[in-house]
Amino acid sequence: MANLSKQKTEMTVQDPLLRAKNFDEVALGYDESQAKTEAERCLNCKNKPCVSGCPVNRDIPEFIQKVKDGDFLGAYKVLEKSGPLAAVCGRVCPQETQCECKCVRGRNGEPVAIGRLERFAADYFSAHKSEDKSKIVSNGHKVAVVGSGPAGLSCAGELCSRGYEVTVFEALHLAGGVLVYGIPEFRLPKKIVESEIDNLKSLGVKFELNTVIGKTVFVDELFDDGYEAVFIGSGAGLPNFMKIKGEELNGVYSANEFLTRVNLMKAYLDGADTPIKRSKSVVVVGGGNVAMDAARSALRLGAERVMLVYRRSEQELPARKEEVEHAKEEGVEFIMLTAPLEALGDEQKNVRALKCQKMELGEPDGSGRRRPVPIPNSEFELETDTVIVAVGTSPNPLIKNTTTGIDVNRWGGIITDESGKTTRDMVYAGGDAVTGAATVILAMGAGKSAAQQIDSAIKAKKK
Amino acid sequence: MMYKILEKQSLNPTVTRMVIDAPRVAKKAQAGMFIILRVSADGERIPLTIADYDVNKGTVTIIFQIVGGTTHKLNMLNAGDCICDFVGPLGVPSELDGLKKVAVIGGGVGCAIAYPIAKKLHALGATVHSVIGFRNKDLVILQDEFKQVSDKLVLMSDDGSAGNKGLVTDALKALIDKGNVYDEVIAIGPLVMMKFVSKLTKEYGIKTVVSMNPIMIDGTGMCGGCRLTVGGQMKFACVDGPDFDGHKVDFDEAIARSKMYAEFERHAYEKACNLFKTEK
Repeated sequence: MANLSKQKTEMTVQDPLLRAKNFDEVALGYDESQAKTEAERCLNCKNKPCVSGCPVNRDIPEFIQKVKDGDFLGAYKVLEKSGPLAAVCGRVCPQETQCECKCVRGRNGEPVAIGRLERFAADYFSAHKSEDKSKIVSNGHKVAVVGSGPAGLSCAGELCSRGYEVTVFEALHLAGGVLVYGIPEFRLPKKIVESEIDNLKSLGVKFELNTVIGKTVFVDELFDDGYEAVFIGSGAGLPNFMKIKGEELNGVYSANEFLTRVNLMKAYLDGADTPIKRSKSVVVVGGGNVAMDAARSALRLGAERVMLVYRRSEQELPARKEEVEHAKEEGVEFIMLTAPLEALGDEQKNVRALKCQKMELGEPDGSGRRRPVPIPNSEFELETDTVIVAVGTSPNPLIKNTTTGIDVNRWGGIITDESGKTTRDMVYAGGDAVTGAATVILAMGAGKSAAQQIDSAIKAKKK
Repeated sequence: MMYKILEKQSLNPTVTRMVIDAPRVAKKAQAGMFIILRVSADGERIPLTIADYDVNKGTVTIIFQIVGGTTHKLNMLNAGDCICDFVGPLGVPSELDGLKKVAVIGGGVGCAIAYPIAKKLHALGATVHSVIGFRNKDLVILQDEFKQVSDKLVLMSDDGSAGNKGLVTDALKALIDKGNVYDEVIAIGPLVMMKFVSKLTKEYGIKTVVSMNPIMIDGTGMCGGCRLTVGGQMKFACVDGPDFDGHKVDFDEAIARSKMYAEFERHAYEKACNLFKTEK
C-alpha cells in the first residue's frame, strides 16, 4: 500500500539533553515496521534518478523494493553488490545533496529517507547474518591497498569480489582510517566499522596494521613483493592551522588531534591511558562535519559551554544538515559571520580567549559562495579554555616524498586521470589523497572505480 | 601482530633498555629516527627515539625513562613478553655525513639517543667529543659505551658524585675555550639543557642540532600535537624532525607545551604504581 505522506517516517533519536552527556549513538534507526512504512513512499521510478546521485551507484529502488517485501536480507544483498560499508553510508553520507536530492518525492514534500533505509537494511544484515560466507576463488593476482579508510576499503572490497588477493596496509594500530579516528562513536559506533571490516576479512582481504607505507615499507618494495598494482587511499590527514598568533598555546587543538584522542584512543572513557583536556568553555573554529563532531564531542566530555565560530553565515555551513540540527538541539552555540584573529594566553601559556572579528558577506568568490568581508572595529573576545581548529586537512606527503613518479598538484593532492590512474604505471589513487578533504562516499566511489580500472589493467597485461 | 621483547636490562633505577623483535622497523631504521609503541590494547601511543638496531637480527633497541603510566606498564614486562604495537621507523634520520669534528652532548636519558649518534659519527671517521651529564652517580648510563666511541669523554653530574660537578654547558664551554673547533654540536636531553646548549653555541656561532621529543599521537603528521615553532614557522616534530636547528627552536614554547598533561601523567603514574602494588 503506497504511503502518500509528504514527510519521512520519523526515526527515533536519543533525547538531546540526555545524549549531549553520553557517547551512545544519537539516531536509533528504524524498526521493521517503520522501515516498511517508509519504503512504501518509494515510487520505484523507472529511470531511477536517485541512483545517479550515488557515487557508488547503489541500486536504491531495488533494495527499497526488497524492504517493502519484508525481504530485509535480500535488501542488504542488493546494497552489497555495489560495494561494502552500507551501514556506514546510511549513517554519514550527505544524502540531502546526493541520492535524496534527486528523489521525485522531494519535489512535493520530503524525499524518501534513503539513508535511513540503507542503515536499516545493513544493520538488519549485521544482526541476522549467517557465517556461511563463501570465500571467493583467487585469480592468483596480488594487489596492495594503502590506507584502510573508506577509499581503501571500497577498493579492497571490489578487487576481492573480482578474485584478487588484496592486502590493505594501515599506519595506525586499527583499521578504518577516518571512520575510526575521525567520526565519533555517537554518529558512527565503532562496532559498525569493525563489523564492516570483518565482512571484508571473511571475504579474504588481509590487513597489515602498524605499517606506514613510505616509512616502514616503500611503494617500490610492494612491487618487488609481487603486488601487481598499488592503490593509494592514504587520505587527507594533515591538519590545517589558521596561521594566526597564539596557535601554539596549550589548549589549542587541531580537530584531528582532539578527535583522535577521543575516538581512536578512547580518551572519553574513565580510566583511559590517553589524556584529553576536560574543558569548561570550548570554541570550535570551522563549519564542516568535523567541526560539528568536535563541538558535540566537547559537550559530551562535559564542557559547560561550546561555541562554534564560522566566518560565513549559517546557510553556507558545509556540514550535513542533520549534524547542524543535532548540534543545535544539544546546545552548541552557533556564532556565525565571525573570524578568529588571535588566540590569547595566560602566563602559563594556556589559552584564555579567542579574539575574533565580525564579518559580512560580500561578492561571490571562485567557489560561488559569497566571500566573507571583515567589518571594521568589530573585534571582540570569546573567553575559552580550549580552541579546536577544524579548518580542513591536506593530503599526507609521506608517500609522494618516498616514491618516484607520483606527481601531486599544488595542494599536495595526487594527480590522477578520471580512472584513478596516477602518473606512475600500475599505481592508482583515490579519495581524499587525491581530492583533499571530502566525503566518505566520494572516497568510496573513487576506490571502487579505481578497482575496476586495476582489474582491466591487470587483465590487459595478461594478454 | 605482537612484538616480542627479546632482552630487558635495567640501566639505572629509572631507565630501562629493551631489545624488540621488529624486523621491518629494523630494516629501515637509521640514527635519529623514532618509533611509536602501545604496550597493550586500549593503551596510549608513545614515541621513543631508536637507541640501536640490528638489521640482521631484525631487532630495534629502545631505552626509556619510567616517567608516566605507560612507561611504568612497559617496565613491568620482561623478556619473552610481547607489546601490542610497534610502528616505525618514523621521522627524518640525523644528517651526519661529512662532519669532521663534533661535540655530542647528552643529558640524562637523552644519552640513550646521543650514544647511537656518537657511535655513527665515530664509525664515519669523525672526531667525537662527548659530554654526558646526570643528576647524580646513580643515574649514570652508557658511560663505557660512550668511552669506546669518543675521542674525548667528559662526565658531569649536578652534585659532583660522578665525574665533574656542574652542567654540560660548563664542560662544553671549557672545551670550546680550549680551542676545539667543532663543525657541529649535537645536543640531546631535557628541553632546558638543549635550550642552554643552543644559547651557548649561538654565542660562539657553532651550528647546533637538537632532537625534540614532544607529545604526539600518530607520528605521521596527522594530529599536529607535536607542533613546534622553528625559525618563526610551525613545524611538526614527527615528520619535519625530530632533529632541528637548536638556534631556531622556540624552547620556551616547547617547554610550556610539554607540560600540557603533566597533572594527568602524574595521576596515571601513581595509578599504574598502585595497580601493580595490589597485583603483587
